Amino acid sequence: MNTTSPSETEIIADPDIPLIRIIREFDAPPEKVFRAHTDPELVVQWLGPRGIEMEIDTYDCRTGGSYRYLHKRAGEEYAFNGCFHEVRPSELIVQTFTFEGFPNGVALERLVLEDLGSGRTRLVATSLVDTFEGRDAMIASGMEFGIREGYERLDELLAG
Amino acid sequence: MASDALSRVFAALADPTRRDIVARLAVVEDATVNELAEPYDVTVQAVSKHLRVLEDAGLVSRTRDAQRRPVHLEAEVLDLMTRWIERYRRQAEERYRRLDDVLRSMPDDPKDPNDIPPTSPPQTGAPT
Repeated sequence: MNTTSPSETEIIADPDIPLIRIIREFDAPPEKVFRAHTDPELVVQWLGPRGIEMEIDTYDCRTGGSYRYLHKRAGEEYAFNGCFHEVRPSELIVQTFTFEGFPNGVALERLVLEDLGSGRTRLVATSLVDTFEGRDAMIASGMEFGIREGYERLDELLAG
Repeated sequence: MASDALSRVFAALADPTRRDIVARLAVVEDATVNELAEPYDVTVQAVSKHLRVLEDAGLVSRTRDAQRRPVHLEAEVLDLMTRWIERYRRQAEERYRRLDDVLRSMPDDPKDPNDIPPTSPPQTGAPT
């Protein structure tokens, strides 16, 4: 399923594999978009969800490097970590992603930057999760209701 | 399993013809298979097949006993699905608007020798 509007973020939830793809164009060349993803001082300015303080513990964005950061809200902390598997300047970042609250789960993330010319870049970010449930939980995360309530609601609707 | 149910809805909506059928049903509410098949260059049987996928996913229902057997859109299931995806999309868009701001604030010439090259080992262990 796929929602499109010009120049806004596009989301694709693949029906056959537990994958989410995010597509977005930026009014900046790939070099800049890449730097905003690799320089921790820049990353901290945009990556965290709104209203949540992001604190970087480690951010070594190069092939073989790793990262760990925390989201802090109202005395609660959520930590995330992973490894940078392949980093190619202005082109590609392949990394793993784990929420420390669920250390057995790991997503494989792939960020591809495509030079559109005229100082523009298309970003394609793909997250491959190990189960459909995990993927759907990712999509439902941050909803006004949680994934469980969402599933319950869906069950009700489908049963009705 | 509700999770499978959700995946079935995703799968059902992944096909452009089925998305189009759903979009048309959202306007007309009820339609017969023949009416739905009309604009497409495929057989009524092929459209019936698409409808079965939508029905299995809970997105449409059909009256069993009526002669016309009109297809009815289950708008609430569609709304729930759309809200989930749209919310996630809006969060990503918010994040990328902040990235737009960061990109605008960055110096224009990344080749500046005083600039930190992107592959340099960044400072570790120091919370910012």
